Amino acid sequence: MHFYHRLCIFCFIFLLNLPAYGQDTSRLTPSYGDKIIIGASAEASNLIPLASSDSASHEVSGFIFNGLVKYDKDLTLIGDLAQSWEINNDGLEIIFHLKKGIKWHDGVEFTSDDVLFGYKKIIDEKTLSAYKEDYLQAKKAEAPDKYTFKVTYDKPFAPALASWGSLVVLPKHILEKEDINKTTFARKPIGTGAFKFKEWVPGQKIILSANPDYFEGRPYLDSVVFRIIPDATTMFLELKTQGLDWLGLSPLQYEKQTQSEFFKKNYKKFRYPSFSYTYLGFNLKHPWFSDKRIRQAIAYALDKEEIVKGTLLGMGSISTGPYVPNTWPYNPNVKKYGYNPQKAKELLKEAGWQDSDGDGILDKDGKKFEFTILTNMGNTTRMKTATIIQYRLKEIGIKVNIRSLEWSAFINWFIDKKRFEAVVLGWSIGLDPDQYDIWHSTKTKEKELNFVSFKNQEVDDLLEKGRRTFDIEKRKWAYYRIQEILAEELPYIFLYAPDNLPIVNARFKGIEPAPIGIGYNIEKWYVPKRLHKYTLEE
Amino acid sequence: MLRDTYNVILNITMLTYLSKKSLELLITFFGITLVSFFLINLAPGKPTDVLSDLNPKMTPEIRAIYEKHWGLDKPVHVRYFVWLKNFSKFDFGNSFSSDSRPAWDKIKERLPITILINSISMFLIFIIALLIGIHSAVKPNSLSDKITTTGVFIGFAMPVFWLALILQLILGVWLNILPVSGIKSLNYENLSLMQKISDSARHLCLPIFVTVFGSLAGLSRYVRSTMQEALSQEYIVTARAKGLPENKVIYKHALRNAVLPVITIIGLSIPGLISGSVIFETIFAIPGVGQLLYTAAISRDVNVIMAEVVIVSILTLFGNLLADIGYALADPRIRIAQR
Repeated sequence: MHFYHRLCIFCFIFLLNLPAYGQDTSRLTPSYGDKIIIGASAEASNLIPLASSDSASHEVSGFIFNGLVKYDKDLTLIGDLAQSWEINNDGLEIIFHLKKGIKWHDGVEFTSDDVLFGYKKIIDEKTLSAYKEDYLQAKKAEAPDKYTFKVTYDKPFAPALASWGSLVVLPKHILEKEDINKTTFARKPIGTGAFKFKEWVPGQKIILSANPDYFEGRPYLDSVVFRIIPDATTMFLELKTQGLDWLGLSPLQYEKQTQSEFFKKNYKKFRYPSFSYTYLGFNLKHPWFSDKRIRQAIAYALDKEEIVKGTLLGMGSISTGPYVPNTWPYNPNVKKYGYNPQKAKELLKEAGWQDSDGDGILDKDGKKFEFTILTNMGNTTRMKTATIIQYRLKEIGIKVNIRSLEWSAFINWFIDKKRFEAVVLGWSIGLDPDQYDIWHSTKTKEKELNFVSFKNQEVDDLLEKGRRTFDIEKRKWAYYRIQEILAEELPYIFLYAPDNLPIVNARFKGIEPAPIGIGYNIEKWYVPKRLHKYTLEE
Repeated sequence: MLRDTYNVILNITMLTYLSKKSLELLITFFGITLVSFFLINLAPGKPTDVLSDLNPKMTPEIRAIYEKHWGLDKPVHVRYFVWLKNFSKFDFGNSFSSDSRPAWDKIKERLPITILINSISMFLIFIIALLIGIHSAVKPNSLSDKITTTGVFIGFAMPVFWLALILQLILGVWLNILPVSGIKSLNYENLSLMQKISDSARHLCLPIFVTVFGSLAGLSRYVRSTMQEALSQEYIVTARAKGLPENKVIYKHALRNAVLPVITIIGLSIPGLISGSVIFETIFAIPGVGQLLYTAAISRDVNVIMAEVVIVSILTLFGNLLADIGYALADPRIRIAQR
């Protein structure tokens, strides 16, 4: 959910990547011009990256701003405004060497002062920003010269490197005398990115235009337009009239509603795993669920494939842990629980649960095995997931009730107060593997994220090790082991990771799907001249 | 002489009536703001939740910064008085969303389109319902009466969002004669004046049709019954006996009496139209206040919700007042009863 915001910042950071052209180069030569119309279900609120916390805003500001570093298409960190960086003193000091001659959209040169300014702004207690925490970890930041930026830490903090993305790069010459919480800059920003801000028609659209002086070359497209259409069905109808060029589809739309000749001719669909997963989480303080055998029994009773088919029409993959398959922290060799109801029943029997009165529901000491799964209202995929779980658990003699609650009530009254037996929820996964906040045993207070009360000394130690080293092999080892423990202990039953299903008009060429998605190289997307739809109006 | 005295008495009664009514409205208005403010704040969830729910980076310290900035660290009754004090200076406070813009600015830029669509719709509803109602009353149980009655009830029963989607699909996608959503085409800036007008009109067709079609039933049935009642009165018999043409009997004598209560109904239906805006503005992607209210409610943006509550309640109360005055002016019996 809210990890998603962080994710979005990174998804729309760009990199130079020359497209591999088709064989018939005469027809598919990159040419400048045309625009892309993107469907946005919510309106952006604030285009200063550090000040906004909604994904709609980050999606737009990602086109306008750059960071010192960014995630490459294969999810490794590379320099963006930084040419290179060094990590000294056992990870206590990071020095960024900035690229020279990069200009803000108003022509002023970008220097390390701008980064220092952004850093000071975000840690300023008067500044409203939900992202302060990573920067408060830094002890000191300096700009020794125009092209060097140095930051020091008390303890090595691996997620810190990625934090030097676009959140802290702000034009000092414009914002120096402004109140960052109130400035009009939020609605007409100036960045260093591939696209410049052009116009914002409230409630209707936001228009960006190509930056001819972009440091990695002018984008081929003249313009990017975000059309704000709150209703998902309306958005799809707009796609049918070709009023939109780029849209994320639902599994139903992807599988059933876009199979016609019209769609085959005019659009291209993509499919890749999203950075999120859905799980069944247990309250480990509950006497039943504190028993590992019960959790494992429930895992054996569920058919994850069936859940993916039933809820996502197969447009997803089953999860075995909290990382996305094919990313570096993902461990493919953990304990797996195939669908095995017999084994489930055995484990339950071992734990003392039997159907002694023959009513089809297990009991122990006169108590029936009946519990409630909570989930949030309005999320039909989670509701369907809970329903399939209910059906499968009934087969091994466990009665499940499902209750869906309005989001605020759900979080404030049930999750925060730990008043639940089991939940179906999901996490968006950040691109850094640090998951200290979700699994560390100290993070169980109200409003903290280890609300299932998971406590495991080895995991605590590994989480600490993982975030205190920059050595990717050491980190990998720590996170591999964590996944093994999680798969054995099962504080959650990891269910599935849905796929992202974007559709893009077929006239756009140069799209290269990668683990990070498709938007990373949008400045290299182009439309062959004869296919131009929108011509320059100015 | 006698006439002058009569006028003076009339003015005095009217004046006391009006001042009494205004005082009543003022008290009602404060009641509305008080209840709304407490209700919004009693609901689970705070404006900071949007930022902090399940967000690991939102430490208690950072949450405290936000709460202090927005004044959420104070108890709810104190916040209400702060709100009231600012409101007396026509300051609705800033939005709690990331843009931190004044709530009034956010509403101001969205108000014209909502008012435009609603007033066109109201006008059409009034005219069409009147025609249908009169027709049905004059020829009750005729075939055309039955057809129109069935028609308006279909409109009444049909869910707005469903009708909207079907029309978008048929007229927008299959026949491609009307735009699916929005209020302007992407190339609007490059059109000539006439083209701009026709472009806007085409965009408004579906939202207005959907609003009007769904709202005809109540009003037209109401006109039908008041009209039938009026037509059965003795003065109509007199009028006919005098040999007046039937048109004059219907449109002059009967209609004037029949239309009075209808005006009240229209006054009372203003808030209904605003709440209807929430649905059609979302479906048709129209940037109006209904859409804003919806997002504000979801994110517990108290200042924006309160500003909208104030506007809607003022409209409602004002509508009531106008209806009362119109009634009093037109019908002497009501004035006398007030004395």
